[in-house]
Amino acid sequence: MSSNGIMDKVAVIGMGCTKFGEHWDKSVDDLLVDAAYQAFDDAGIEPTDIDAAWLGTMVSGYAGITLSGPLKTKYIPVTRVENMCATGSEAFRNACYAVASGAYDIVLAIGVEKLKDSGFSGLNSPKPPSDGTTPNISAPASFAFLAPAYFNKYGLSSDQGREVLSKIAWKNHYNGSLNSKAQYRSEVSMERITNSPMVASPLGIMDCSGVADGAAAAIIVRTEDAHKYRKDPMYVKALSIAAGPGDGILLQDFDFTSIKETVMASKEAYRQAGIKDPRKEISMAEVHDCFTPTELVIYEDLGFSKRGEGWKDVLEGTFELKGELPINPDGGLKSFGHPIGASGLRMLYEMYLQFQNKAGDRQIKNPKLGLTHNLGGTPMQCVSFVAIVGKELS
Amino acid sequence: MKGIISYGAYIPYYRLQRKKIGEFLGSSVLGGEKAVAGYDEDSVSMGIEAARDCLKGIETDDLDAIFFATTSSPYKEKASAPIIGTALALKENIKSLEVSSSIRSGTSSIMLANPDEKTLIISSDCRTGGTGGQNEQVFGDGAACLLIGSGKNVIASIVEQTSFQKDVLTQWRGSDEDVTQNWEERLGQTVFQKQIEDDVIPFIKQHDIDVSALKKVIISGPGARTHSLCAKALSLEKQQIQDPLIDQVGAAGSAHASMMLISALQDAKPGDRIMVISFAEGLDLILFEVTEAIENLPERKGIRDHLNNKSNDISYSDYLKWRNLLKTEPARRPEKDRPSAPAVYRGHSQNIGLIGSKCRECGTPQFPKQRICVRCQAKDQMDDYRFVNQPAKITTYTLDYLSASPASPVLAAIIDFEGGGRILSEVTDCDPAKVEIGMEVEMTFRRLYTASGISNYFWKARPKWKKEVL
Repeated sequence: MSSNGIMDKVAVIGMGCTKFGEHWDKSVDDLLVDAAYQAFDDAGIEPTDIDAAWLGTMVSGYAGITLSGPLKTKYIPVTRVENMCATGSEAFRNACYAVASGAYDIVLAIGVEKLKDSGFSGLNSPKPPSDGTTPNISAPASFAFLAPAYFNKYGLSSDQGREVLSKIAWKNHYNGSLNSKAQYRSEVSMERITNSPMVASPLGIMDCSGVADGAAAAIIVRTEDAHKYRKDPMYVKALSIAAGPGDGILLQDFDFTSIKETVMASKEAYRQAGIKDPRKEISMAEVHDCFTPTELVIYEDLGFSKRGEGWKDVLEGTFELKGELPINPDGGLKSFGHPIGASGLRMLYEMYLQFQNKAGDRQIKNPKLGLTHNLGGTPMQCVSFVAIVGKELS
Repeated sequence: MKGIISYGAYIPYYRLQRKKIGEFLGSSVLGGEKAVAGYDEDSVSMGIEAARDCLKGIETDDLDAIFFATTSSPYKEKASAPIIGTALALKENIKSLEVSSSIRSGTSSIMLANPDEKTLIISSDCRTGGTGGQNEQVFGDGAACLLIGSGKNVIASIVEQTSFQKDVLTQWRGSDEDVTQNWEERLGQTVFQKQIEDDVIPFIKQHDIDVSALKKVIISGPGARTHSLCAKALSLEKQQIQDPLIDQVGAAGSAHASMMLISALQDAKPGDRIMVISFAEGLDLILFEVTEAIENLPERKGIRDHLNNKSNDISYSDYLKWRNLLKTEPARRPEKDRPSAPAVYRGHSQNIGLIGSKCRECGTPQFPKQRICVRCQAKDQMDDYRFVNQPAKITTYTLDYLSASPASPVLAAIIDFEGGGRILSEVTDCDPAKVEIGMEVEMTFRRLYTASGISNYFWKARPKWKKEVL
């Protein structure tokens, strides 16, 4: 059993990202065209330069024709991928490997989701026929399980726990207020977060990421070709995704204070990129803050915080924009909402902007290495993705 | 001699205070409370719970038959006995009979059980009275289970039994109607009184039954005055008349007479004689004599404990919603799909029996059934493992306000079983304010939902029954 990383073998030479939010006046096709052409323009290439494409979408279309139709690509391969909420990252990962293999020279990875057209609250996905006995609990409820378990294990009172969760939401909204592409662009007070209407106890509505439409795209080439297109490409250091066997829902060992898939995916990514001390070596991260306790647990699962001490780091401001290790500098899922197929690529888009010193008021000083983390499923069983990207070749 | 070997009962946790109906209607109502099946209960699920109470400590391999008596079957066409059998872990090679329509079907089943066989008789009802009407106040939900057979384990033997068929339109529910209708109450009372005179009193005389020596007389019949009229006609003393449970439960249809009988048996001593008169378009009469064996019957919930284990915290609008009598705004969530019949077929023993697998290599229990062990990866080395009676506790929980449910918010929890294995389950019949990590729970059989006319059953957790808090 081995996995061979592709450190520094491929690079991103162009990216695009639509504004995320309620696009009542735009279709899936419109969002795909907007994100793809932003990426083409940014890379300085023609749409016909693309050799192959990977489209990530969970519920907004089937097959490669969802992309080839609106873009009018000329019979090139287009692969539609789906890996739940990690769909966008999965499109990127597969596109990178295709380029690294030498099969293609220049490819497009694009993700899209149009959630607001369903009219339903929260996220809903088509389910295969089943015996119907699995409890029909909402996504926030699945992740809410983390909160009481974490508070109980580490001795936080419900008020202390509440403050920690609110602080995470507050930080992400603050960052999002500085981002013109975010769905929500206002700062939100701690008080408003703390007192927001209950969705799945102890999570209020302000602990949850929003429901949004959006698309994001990346153009990927081999590293040796990157400088033909731009002087400041983003290099791919590591890509990993861990699919869980279901330990969390089958075994009592799993105690809801950690998501094992994230631990395994990050270990593998650190191995590929040669990272020993992630808290020191990583300059910034975009993580899957679908709900506030998810982000809390991620700090520890990624090795940014010691076990049981993520909450202290939150209170100390470690992960704020001006803190030691800024997390979700673009505002995260919390400010962007979570158009499933697009989110993973949106995270990479922020890394790309930061490396190119284009993040405006959110700019982090001279970031070298960035991490993106994307999670699909529930804490009990999920796919967890980690990418490490860099400004420079190692 | 044929008789009752064991008994068990079930009364749903929620009790609607009748005054709440009065407050809504702005009219005078009966006092007391009625037992209300949860939105996740029906005659089948309640019947299974009563049978679990009845079968405590009973070896079930030698059961010969299941009778299921109800006027509120989840299906007009489709059997419930196979679900009942699997939920109770009975063998598949067993006879069954499902008796419907008559309120007397519970007592008739007792009489018709073969004396040479062991028959589990479940009577259970969840009837709906029209909103604002008398039946809505009087009807209550509940279930009773009696194990009938012969031999030294009989705790109450049948001394005499008889039945009379006499048609009268006192109370009826057409096959395409949802609610029960009545003729004016005087008709039923008069006819019942006449039957006492024409049929019951001659039978008593003919069989030399000393009415004054009866410990309890169970009278299940229409209308509030039935009891006093019958008592008068039979010259009964007040203490001989078994409490009809109207104030605490309500009239529970085909389960009513048996629930009263169980209530009487819980207070009975060897030698006590108990007579049951169950009236509906004729009558059933059974005379029991309690035996010494009752002293050895293991402790159970029966009617008495169920009466005390309850919550009054239910509003009239909750009741209306649970019975689909109140049109509410649908949640902004997709409609529930019907379950897939092949998937239901494949998962029958797992889901209805709550049977998972236990790895022969490493001993890890897991639910649902797995082929590859989650701990040691052994392939196809699994034995069936039943979780139903395993002690369990809550590992973490949430109150889910977003998922669509007739009883929002849904209390969802991770349940860990003693000895290993866990499930994600709804916790039902529980005050959310009392939930905490480590809380002990037990599994209870429930109807998850109905879709396309299909009732989909599974198990849920509920707070562990604690005798000391009663």
